[in-house]
Amino acid sequence: MSDDVTFTAGVRETTEGPVYTVSGQDWDAMTAEIVGNERVVVNMGPQHPSTHGVLRLILELDGETVTEARAGVGYLHTGIEKNMEYRTWTQGVTFCTRMDYLSPFFNEVAYVLGVEKLLGITEQVPERASVIRVMMMELNRISSHLVAIATGGMEIGALTVMTIGFREREVLLHLFEDLTGLRMNHAYIRPGGVSQDLPPEGLDKVREAIVWLRRHLPEYEKFCNENPIFKRRTVGVGYLDLTGCMALGMTGPVLRSTGLPHDLRKSEPYCGYETYDFDVPTRDSMDSYGRFRIRVDEMWQSLHIVEQCVERLEQPGPVMVEDKKIAWPAQLSIGSDGLGNSMEHIRHIMGESMEALIHHFKLVTEGFRVPAGQVYSAVESPRGELGVHLVSDGGTRPWRAHFRDPSFNNLQAVSAMAEGGQVADIIVAVASIDPVMGGVDR
Amino acid sequence: MSENDSQLEQSTPQPLPPHPKERGAFGTHGSGDTSGFGGLVRRVANPANLAAGTPRPYGSYFDGVVDTLSESVDGGIEKVVVDRDELTVFVARDKLLDVVTTLRDDPTLRFEMCLGVNGVHYPDESGRELHAVYPFLSITHNRRLRIEVTAPDADPHVPSIVSVYPSNNWHERETWDFYGLVFDGHPALTRIEMPDDWDGHPQRKDYPLGGIDVEYKGATIPPPDERRRYS
Repeated sequence: MSDDVTFTAGVRETTEGPVYTVSGQDWDAMTAEIVGNERVVVNMGPQHPSTHGVLRLILELDGETVTEARAGVGYLHTGIEKNMEYRTWTQGVTFCTRMDYLSPFFNEVAYVLGVEKLLGITEQVPERASVIRVMMMELNRISSHLVAIATGGMEIGALTVMTIGFREREVLLHLFEDLTGLRMNHAYIRPGGVSQDLPPEGLDKVREAIVWLRRHLPEYEKFCNENPIFKRRTVGVGYLDLTGCMALGMTGPVLRSTGLPHDLRKSEPYCGYETYDFDVPTRDSMDSYGRFRIRVDEMWQSLHIVEQCVERLEQPGPVMVEDKKIAWPAQLSIGSDGLGNSMEHIRHIMGESMEALIHHFKLVTEGFRVPAGQVYSAVESPRGELGVHLVSDGGTRPWRAHFRDPSFNNLQAVSAMAEGGQVADIIVAVASIDPVMGGVDR
Repeated sequence: MSENDSQLEQSTPQPLPPHPKERGAFGTHGSGDTSGFGGLVRRVANPANLAAGTPRPYGSYFDGVVDTLSESVDGGIEKVVVDRDELTVFVARDKLLDVVTTLRDDPTLRFEMCLGVNGVHYPDESGRELHAVYPFLSITHNRRLRIEVTAPDADPHVPSIVSVYPSNNWHERETWDFYGLVFDGHPALTRIEMPDDWDGHPQRKDYPLGGIDVEYKGATIPPPDERRRYS
């Protein structure tokens, strides 16, 4: 190594040639002194603030132009699918809610719809449980899109969009905590219904959140829609037309940015979506700007659906199937010594009904059996089609649970979107796909 | 093994096991033994795989789709299973490419999207232990369909359909990674989730989950795959 190397972090020899590590401020020196005009292969990530988590991008650069881009994933693989094969069907919810951590309710609903289809109890799920599921999913769609817009804005320097995005999301996470007990990873939606009915003041809190969102959602449009810097960074960037989307199996906002109004809530309604009034927003610009506009429009549509849910939830009703061989027996409540089974339930199983005690014991230790077979159930998550392939061998645990996560599929489009563009545009293109690595790697 | 082979050779459809309602959702029959060790019988993981298939008519759009497929592809369809309003077509692996090309190109089928591929491991089905399951979606006709291909453990090869459905690139890498299914013709079949130098294919049933005992308030709790199982 020559002595006049000015970059700080150094260089090491490998079988593929020298590998240089740059640490910031020294890029010019390195390219001028060492590389000259040769093409450079840059490894971006997996620990990089603008790659949306642990995404690794391998870029071949010619100056500032990306000639080849490849995405590397797998840094967040936790074996959730394998683990689910060793737990009961009910416990599976606790695992799959952690996959795509920005849209936990969608993971839960997709999985639970599959389990219910295997059990053949889809029709028996109470109306109120379905409405609660829809409300949770749509609130979740808003909070997920908020993060997509917030982090996407942050990555192109729109820091205010980031701060207001997380401010609104915080309102929703507080709401989730009030309704389900947890801000994230709720495990709230269970086979047969939901784990708990809404708390007494739950609907009022939802109404408060709606008022807050109605007041603050217009800010995103005001900040970004006609902002010249925002438009210059996003218009025409991350271009992918309908042919590309079809070939790459893209779904969600990326597909809808080509003008195709494909939305599973309309084409294959589940949880009673056919009874709600809402539109499927599309754009035909096929770029990051169009996807941003779609996300904002979808938040308004989701809010509209949530309002319809609140109206329907004013009537009380059961939130779990009647079948005592499937319905989770216990209800939690907060006593003087902390969270535990409700006194009413304890009194029932210990003092009144031997059958209830047996059901409680068997359901909690063994779980219920699910008839053998396989199903595929899909929901429209904020990122596209989230599909679940479940195989049962007739036992109390899944034989196989596989999630077709939209982020995993959609990340394949990074190459098509980024190649031929500038380095800085990759960030915008990735942000417009909105991948969540927890879902990608599972 | 031999017991299983004879099951495969039987041509008559085998009845599915009774719905849990008929035998009690908790699975107790006979002695009422609840220990989980009472009913040690060898199970077939998914009886629909071994049965001869669903007889016609299948209902819904299924008949038309299967007709078109069997007309276009010569002898590729092994059997058809219709279960829970879902259509599964078992396809011989050497005909897979023809079948998916028809699915994509035939105007009456037009399945624009292949939603990936998923492996399933059935160690008890000798000669067809590894299954590759492809869900398809037709946006034009708003239909779904599942193609299932099997391969023996001894020869884990399935043709890659990346040339027809480019979106399956990563999905096939994932299935190779987790099951060791080799997708012949894939442009770059490398591991995607596990590290490049990983040994084994972790989603296979013969690959242990792993884990260690955990002590809690004096009691020792074994790892999940060593706990008592009820099925």
